[in-house]
Amino acid sequence: MKLRKTKSIIPGFGLTFGVTITILSLIVLIPLCSLVVYSAKLSPAEFWHTITRERVLSSYCVSIGTSLSAALVNVFMGLALAWVLVRYEFPGKRFLDGIIELPFALPTAVAGISLTHLTTTNGWVGKIAYDLFGVKLAYTPLGITIALIFIGIPFVARSVQPVLEKFDIQYEEAAVILGASRLRIFWTVIFPEILPALISGFTLAFARGVGEYGSVVFISGNIPYETEIAPLLIMSKLQEFDYASATSIALALLLLAFVILSVNAIFQSIVSKRISGMA
Amino acid sequence: MKVRRDEGAIKWILITLCAVFLAVFLILPLIYIVVTSLRAGFQSYWKSITDEYALKAAVLTLEATAWAVVINTVFGVCAAWALTKFQFRGKKTVSTFIDLPVTVSPIIAGLIFVLTFGRQSFLFPILDRLGIQIIFAVPGIVLATVFVTFPFISREIIPALTAQGTDEEEAAAQMGASMFTIFRKVTFPHIKWALLYGVVLCAARAMGEFGAVSVLSGHLRGKTNTLPLYIELLYQGYDFTGAFAASSILVVMSVVILALRVWLEKKGVKDLDVRK
Repeated sequence: MKLRKTKSIIPGFGLTFGVTITILSLIVLIPLCSLVVYSAKLSPAEFWHTITRERVLSSYCVSIGTSLSAALVNVFMGLALAWVLVRYEFPGKRFLDGIIELPFALPTAVAGISLTHLTTTNGWVGKIAYDLFGVKLAYTPLGITIALIFIGIPFVARSVQPVLEKFDIQYEEAAVILGASRLRIFWTVIFPEILPALISGFTLAFARGVGEYGSVVFISGNIPYETEIAPLLIMSKLQEFDYASATSIALALLLLAFVILSVNAIFQSIVSKRISGMA
Repeated sequence: MKVRRDEGAIKWILITLCAVFLAVFLILPLIYIVVTSLRAGFQSYWKSITDEYALKAAVLTLEATAWAVVINTVFGVCAAWALTKFQFRGKKTVSTFIDLPVTVSPIIAGLIFVLTFGRQSFLFPILDRLGIQIIFAVPGIVLATVFVTFPFISREIIPALTAQGTDEEEAAAQMGASMFTIFRKVTFPHIKWALLYGVVLCAARAMGEFGAVSVLSGHLRGKTNTLPLYIELLYQGYDFTGAFAASSILVVMSVVILALRVWLEKKGVKDLDVRK
């Protein structure tokens, strides 16, 4: 058995490995290398100057702030959705389960224009919000958050759902027998189990939100310093053929995404170690 | 699993909360698109969606989608075969790179192709002499679409093949079957639904891609405008009826895709159960 590890009798390694590496290089590796090569040409001072300009910094703030609040809303709603779909039986459940994936299937630009029209002060939803609370939705950070909530709905729900499905009901039954209240059971028995899935769903939704473009450009109104998101700033630098600035802003954004995903990866490995250590 | 009986109040509060949330965030936008696109009457709706440029945009969208599906299927099958049937060094690195494109912002995906093939790239003089234009042309749109959907098919097949193991292929190889015979008779039946599922996901994302394509398209009406870009163009020209009419085509497609997904998921699960 040990020998087979290096030499398999199944044919086709050369061919499939070759095709894999060739396509991977053409589509992913070479373009990424060109990003690295191009950014190596930028001087650190120039890079720093670009990303610390006030307009750029405020675009990062808008992107991070709105993605963070949208991801938080999605943590709560995603948990509620997963809970409802796993634990309860009710008419229309299958429909609810199917429609969660809509943000993945619906083109972002289509979602964007529709959400914009709904939330302007004349729109179906925006009019109610404006008349009742005097709140404007479209063309404000609130509007961006709405678009990002839309985009992020499936992430948390779909990562928590399988964990909740596998969760052994015996622990809960034991807790009930020991006389724990429902709330206490949720916090001390169920919540620690689903926490890793919640956090990984949160990170995915957050990272997706920071980079999102299509659904946000229409609803944001793109007012500099207020509702201008970082991806849009990259886009406008590209349209001015200012590749150096575009690349600098993009690098900082990539770094941020990398940090977000690494924090999650580290957290997940700590949790899985703890679980396997206990077992 | 046995579903626990819950007290009525909490159950129905939660269900109502979720139903209202999804109705407002997901269903209302869909209804709005359909209503708005038909507001000016069916005739003008028909005129909008059979507009010369709308049709050309639809054709280009389908073209890019077809390329993405074909390339990613070939890649997905090869990568899944190489990664699950053999052991080699650097396997983890390869799978990290495969998954990378989905974590990159679409705008940055567009940017890296501009840097690769644009005027300041060392490849540009060579491409220029050969008369090949990639960015601001159809090849750029296709590349961007392939990039953003890159792991969609391999990611579905790899788990199916990992679960299946290598015993059956080894047995077939012992008996002297060639690679293609093994694939066709042994491996393919295991991954058929996963592959189809991946194709559906890939097609869905490819049809709707906006950011990356927007960077690389020349925004030429009738030439390098895909359907989502055409919608943006109409919208910015204040032709809202036209924009929503064109959107309704994509809405129908995405609803079909959702239905296909649900059906395929059920099919795949059933298949697994039978095998067990």
